[in-house]
Parts: sequence; structure tokens; C-alpha cells
Amino acid sequence: MVYDNPDGVRIGLEVHVQLNKLNTKLFCGCSTDYHDDEPNTHVCPVCLGLPGSLPVINEKAVEFAMKIGLALNCEIVGQTQFHRKNYYYPDLPKGFQTTQYDYPIASRGKVIIEGEDGERVIGVTRAHMEEDPGRLQHIGSIEKSKGTFINYNRSGMTLIEIVSDPDMRSPKEARRYLDKLRSILDYLDVFNGDLEGAMRVDANVSVFGGNRVEVKNISSFKGAERALLYEIMRQKNHVRRGGKIVLETRHFDEARGVTISMRTKEEEHDYRYFPEPDLVPMRVADKVPDILKTLPELPDAKRERFNSQYGIADMHARALTIQIKVANFYEEVAAKVDPKDAAVWVADILKGELNYRDTDVDAFKVDDIVEIISLVKQDKITEQSGVQIIRTILDEGGKPQDIVVSKGLLKVEDDIVAKAVEEAIAESPEAVADYLAGKEKSLNFIVGKVMQKTKGRADAREAREKVLARINK
Amino acid sequence: MAAWTDISGIKQRIEASSAEEITASYLETIGKSRINGFTTVWDKALEVARGIDKDGNSGPMAGVPIAIKENISTTGLSTTCSSKILQGYVPPYDAHVIEKLKAAGAVILGKTNMDEFAMGTSTESSCYGPTLNPWDTGRVPGGSSGGSAAVVAAGEAPLSLGSDTGGSVRCPAAFCGVVGLKPTYGAVSRYGLISYANSLEQIGPMATTVADIAILMDVIGGYDHRDSTSIKKENTYVDSLKDDVKGLKIGVPEEYFGEGIDEGVKKAVWDAIGKYEDMGASWKKVSMPHTKYALASYYIIAMSEASSNLARFDGTRYGLRVEGETWHIMASKTRAQGFGEEVKRRILLGTYALSAGYHDKYYLKALKVRTLVKQDFDRALTDVDVLMAPTMPTPAFKIGEKIDDPLSLYLADVNTVPVNLAGVPSISVPCGFADGLPVGLQIIGKPFDENTILQAAYSFEQNTDHHTKRPGEVA
Repeated sequence: MVYDNPDGVRIGLEVHVQLNKLNTKLFCGCSTDYHDDEPNTHVCPVCLGLPGSLPVINEKAVEFAMKIGLALNCEIVGQTQFHRKNYYYPDLPKGFQTTQYDYPIASRGKVIIEGEDGERVIGVTRAHMEEDPGRLQHIGSIEKSKGTFINYNRSGMTLIEIVSDPDMRSPKEARRYLDKLRSILDYLDVFNGDLEGAMRVDANVSVFGGNRVEVKNISSFKGAERALLYEIMRQKNHVRRGGKIVLETRHFDEARGVTISMRTKEEEHDYRYFPEPDLVPMRVADKVPDILKTLPELPDAKRERFNSQYGIADMHARALTIQIKVANFYEEVAAKVDPKDAAVWVADILKGELNYRDTDVDAFKVDDIVEIISLVKQDKITEQSGVQIIRTILDEGGKPQDIVVSKGLLKVEDDIVAKAVEEAIAESPEAVADYLAGKEKSLNFIVGKVMQKTKGRADAREAREKVLARINK
Repeated sequence: MAAWTDISGIKQRIEASSAEEITASYLETIGKSRINGFTTVWDKALEVARGIDKDGNSGPMAGVPIAIKENISTTGLSTTCSSKILQGYVPPYDAHVIEKLKAAGAVILGKTNMDEFAMGTSTESSCYGPTLNPWDTGRVPGGSSGGSAAVVAAGEAPLSLGSDTGGSVRCPAAFCGVVGLKPTYGAVSRYGLISYANSLEQIGPMATTVADIAILMDVIGGYDHRDSTSIKKENTYVDSLKDDVKGLKIGVPEEYFGEGIDEGVKKAVWDAIGKYEDMGASWKKVSMPHTKYALASYYIIAMSEASSNLARFDGTRYGLRVEGETWHIMASKTRAQGFGEEVKRRILLGTYALSAGYHDKYYLKALKVRTLVKQDFDRALTDVDVLMAPTMPTPAFKIGEKIDDPLSLYLADVNTVPVNLAGVPSISVPCGFADGLPVGLQIIGKPFDENTILQAAYSFEQNTDHHTKRPGEVA
């Protein structure tokens, strides 16, 4: 099956990743751990852009950027440099953003995704470093605001802007690309994607070879998919009615799920880029071999290893390697039970339950899933009971053993009692005859035998009922 | 009037009386000033001097007063770049050089007047009104560090700091008859210096003697982790204070004696070069063919950088704010009212030069010229140790004479701006008089070779008396 891209959709994404796992900002020593703190408490003359302040590059940020570039199969530039991008906005304290222009630290990479019809290679045009501006907080909506607060805690945070080639053909592929990026970044341990503002997306979309439209301010992956669906539909309808698609920038209104025109090409900014004199060019090429050594095994490589080392289905290997946490979890489980069983239980069952509850694998313990798998394998509980235990742990907490007991899930125990009852009756024809003749007490003899055979594991009352039921059959 | 004009004199006087007395004496002189050199006098100066008397301070500048240009950030002390747009701005931090001065025991007297945002050659574009030249109050003190030079010349401060983007320390030093050094780019941290054109500017010391310049440089120079362009220095500047120029090879660039040069200036400079010959140095003419393009290149680069550096003054967080209905209107009104004419001119020209379509034609071309100018210096300074030339082509001109003719004002910088394009060090020392006005000899050196130009300047000073002349003493 070949995906023929009926609408001629081309999507390119610009993803801003905030490197919030660095301890300090890009150009100053201010702490990056600001998310729960009061506004404007993580600021200094540099990130406030006070007159006279100068930027100094955070070398760790450069290393992180190189790691990302290399993980995206990019070329690392020999010497990198910062430029000023000049524009006015109240959240931009210096009146320009310090960013990279013609010497981005990384360029010409690629990311492999699961496309509409199998694997696809999405080109990475470039990945460059820049500083985050502050945040505006309007009183009321943007249009009718009575006033605006500015929080500069975010100002000067390190961003990596990853720009893709326009290689994606559907919102679904765009979403897969974003998921893959997130996966790689998680593997690199360079950011915490769960923090607010950690990943922001701008999308460039065109249909039928028409003009490119940029959709800005998309704050989530789900939002990106929705914005793209809307924008493609809008462009298609516009063309169908005989309209032309003009080069423009649109804003995605998350609440309404629509895109709104911000400015057309005529009003496009002239950013007047020029090299930032306060930051000297940096030779980074020499560092590549050392950075390469620090790169972890990445999702694609891990998937291949899982396939070969554990002999599991590719579908499972893929599901298990998207998130580094899940991959590590799986490997711990696979070390203790049959890796194939582990794959089924972690990839199909546990992940399904986690997704349903929108929680992640941290919510479950390796030992618990190992125990559940073992119980099923030893035929002590049914698979269905195993699933029930997982759900119980996620919803109410508890240990597998306790849940087995409290919910009476032990398939194996029932059989033992049943077998013991069977044997006890077969070995005691006289007692049976006596009981049937009206001697109630002879039943105790049979139950005693059951208790003896089950070494006390059976419940006496239950055993008595079972014996009765058997005799009266 | 304060009589102790240099650091060693002040130190002797402190021994005899106190730092407080010295400071009080300078404050008294400032109080009687008729030159408008200071914009703000620090109300804590006496307190600081008393603290030094009480606790003692072993710093190299213990109790020595100093004046600071309006564009160098000082905690708790207004720093406005002599612009309305920064009126009321008090920095919450000290510039690197201020931290160093404070640690060395210096007493900051106050802030000095300047051309608005250091854009000018006459200190007439200040929102505080022009500073007057102490030698002739009908004349300009030079710019943009006119206040810093004039207060030293007038005995209102023994030392000062200025900043030099295209000659802003050397020009007023020449016009006011004091010594001024533009250090190598990177020799002094710019952290806390409010940027005008950051690839060109350096903080520079001004004083009445070369020895004081060296002492001051030892205090403020060196690496600062907050300025990536700053560089560590191995030896001290004071090491260069040797009266010995035997064997010194001097290059005299013909292009620096071009059209428009004043005869009196030319004579004073050639007399100085003759003096060097007498002292055992030799000279030869050198050619720096790209000098004629330097000015155009300089102004494009400086204005381009300025258009970006001054973008932060938008009324949002500090300084002047003129209310408006939207943020855009507020920022526009603030900038329209806050910036003076020259600043607006440079922002507009710089914005134009960087714009799409003109970027290659102007900005990139200017950068190429800058490279050629640098190469001129590299080439000229391979077979000579220093270059000597007039600092300014003329002595101080009259107030109002050039302010309405920006192009002729820009031409006055013809001998100073190539130095900033190349980033090399250059000192201006008094070398005589023309029509009763001081003339400055400019001595230019190799990058980070301040020691050689300081030694040359020091030797000249030891063997001449031009620097001892004070305003009112020369007819």
C-alpha cells in the first residue's frame, strides 16, 4: 500500500525544546528551576537585559546542543557563532534575541518515523541554540486585556530549535515525528518534557503545491495534530472555492481549535540579523568525538537490539523503546522472566493500562509485574486475573499476593482443594456411606482428610461445602 | 582648588591629613565648577573616604578620588548615558571596573557628562547640556567622554574613566590636555558599560600623568568571567614606566596628516616626534592605504550595532516611559521623546544599514573594510614598534560650530576611528599647544602591547613639560 498524499500536503515543523535540565541559563548563572517559584525571582542583569550586561555562554548548553545534533544524525559545524535577531516585543528584554543564524551548531540530520505506509525518513534542516524570552501574562484575554504582567524567570533559558524539512505528509506523520523527537530527547536526558513550556511547536503547511502558511504558538503535540488537521482542511476548502493560499503567519487558538491570520508576507519581519559581538565564535568540531562517547543507545538502535537479543516481535520492540523509561523497565523484567512473556505483558497489557490512566511506567514496580507474570506462567492464576491485579494496583495500590488472596484469584488453590476432596472421598467409601446413612459426623472425617492433603491451605468451611456438594451430586 | 593632581601626590597628602580631606577638597572644587563636567556628585563619597581613614585600606588606590563616565553602571548612582530616556535609572549592580576600583580603595566622586549614548565628538549632545572646555569655556571639551576629560583638566578630579568607541577617550584628552588611553579590545572588561557599539568600545582611563594611567589600568584591566571578550594579562602596566626609548622604532602614517589638519597641530606633533629622535628613537613614514575608508566603515558598523543595542530602551521596565494606548505606542512615544537627535539619526541609519536588501551593500562591506584596516595596522606594525600621529586634526573647536553639521563632526574622528576598527591600543598625551589650546600626540601600539606605548608616553612626559600646564597658564 502506497500513501499517495491526495492533497499534496507538505508539513515542516519547528520545534523549540527548552533544555530545562541544565542548572543555569544560556548566558548567565541564574537557576533554571523556576517553575514553581514567584515571578521574577530567577533573574539577574544579564537575563533581564539591563543596560551594560553581557552574555557569557553556558558550555554545558553547548554540549547538550551537540548531543542533540548528533542524536539527530546532524553534521556539527566547525565553528559556531551567535547572531542577534532584532525585533520589539515586551517579553524580549534586550530588543533582540540572541540566536544562531548562518552557523547553527547542527545541520542536515534525519529522523526515522513510522509513516502512513511504513518507515519514512524526515530530514532535519538544522538545530540551533537560542535564548527563551520572558512570558507575558495578560489580565483577561489578549484582545481585551486591561494590563499585562511580564515574568522574566523564563528569560534566558536555553532553547534548541529543531527545524525539519517539509517531509511530513499528514498530521499523523507530524505527530509521529514529534513523538520520535520527544523520545530521542528523553533518551538524551537533556530535558524534562513534562514541564510547562518544555516543547513548543510552529508548523509550516502547504497543500497542492500552494504557498506555505506558518502556524505559530502550538503548545502540545495533540494541539499540533489538531492545528494541522484544521489548517489543511481550511486550505483545501479555500482552494476548492477558487482562492489562493498566500504566504502568511497564523496563530493557533487552542481553545477554539482554529487558526487565525496574524500577518501576511508584506508585513513579515525584517530581523536585521548580525553577529553578536559580545560572544566570540566558538570552535566546537574538536569536541565531537568526546560528545559521541557520551551518547546513549538511541531508540532505533535499542529497538534492533531488543529484536535480536530478546527475539520479540518488532511491534513489541517498537512499543517498548519509544520511552526510555519503558525500555529500561522492560529490560529489568526480561531479566527475571521469559523476555517474550515480558514483552507481551509490558508492551500490550501494562502500557495499555498506563495509557488509559494517562500515567507512566514509574507508577508500577518491576517486581510486581514479574510476580504477576510468574503466577500466570505457573498456572496459579489466569491471564485475566493478572490483568485484574494490574488494574487493582494502579487504581487502589497493594501487592499482587494480597490482591490474589483478597480477590480469591488463585486458580491453582481451587484445583488443589478440589483434587483433595476427590481423593478424600475416593479413599473413604465407608465414611461416605455412613454420611449418606445419616451419620453427619462421618463428614468430619472426610473434611479432615482434605485438610491433611492440602496441608491446611484449604479453608475448612469451604472444604466441607465442597465435600458436601460432591457427595450430594 | 585641589593641588594634588596625581596618585602619588594624593597618597602623600592622605598620609599628612586624611582621605576625607582630599575628597572634601575635590567636592569643594566641583561645587565651584563652571564647566558642567559632573552630572551627579555621589552623596556617599565623603562617607567612603571616612571609611578608608577609619579602617585603613591597603589597596593601590586607597582614598584616591575618581570620576566615572555616565555610561558605566554604578550601584545606587544614576547612570543615564546623558540621555532623557534613562532619566531616573539607577543600576542595581556595579560594572566590573567599578567593583575593581572599590576594592582598590578608590573614592567615586560622581558621574561625568558625555555625548548622549557616547555618540559625538563634542559633549554637546548631552541631555544635561554641554560641558565646557576648561582651557576656553567657549570651546567644546571633545567627546564623547568630554566630562571625564574636562573634570581632570579642571582639577575637579585627579582621575576619571571614559569609554572610547571611535576616539571618545583620546579626543577629549587631546582637547583638554590630559592623558587618555584606549586599551586593546578585551584588555578591560566591558561588563557594566552601557553599549553603544560593542565591537568597538573599551573603557579607558584618563589622568594627568602616564604613571596614573598605568596604575589605573592595573586596577581595572584583566580577565572578567562576565565578559567573553576580556583577556588575562601576564605582566603589569606599571612595569612599563621606564624612561627609555632608545632603539624604539616609530612609524608615522602619512594618511594621518591629511587634508584639514591644523598647522599648529601638525607642528606640535612633528616637534614631539623630533623629541623622540633626540631621546634615541628613530622614525620612518609608513603607509596605511585604507585609512580613507575607515570612517565610512566605522560609522556603518557603529550605527548598526547602536540600532540593536539601544532597542532595549522601550519604556517597559526602567527610565523614561511615555504612556500610550498600546505597547507599541508607548514604546514609540518613549523613544521619540527620550532620544536626542543624534541618537535617532544613528539608530535610523543603523537600522537601514542592517535591513534586508541593504545589509550586504553596507554592513557586510563595512566589515570587509574593517578587515582591510586591521591589515593596515598589522602590516605597519611589523617593522615599527609604535605609530605616532595627531590624535585630533585640530584643537578644540567652538561650541555650536559643528553640532548642526554632523558630517564635519564625523570627519574630526578620522585619526582615532581606525584604531577602534583594528582593536589596537592607543594613548593620547599632551604634546604642546596650538593657539593656546592643547594638542594631543597619539601613540598607537600592537594588540595587548600597552606596555610599549605606555613606556613611550612615559618617557616623553619625563623629558617634556606639556603635561604640567594647567588651564589658565597658557596664553
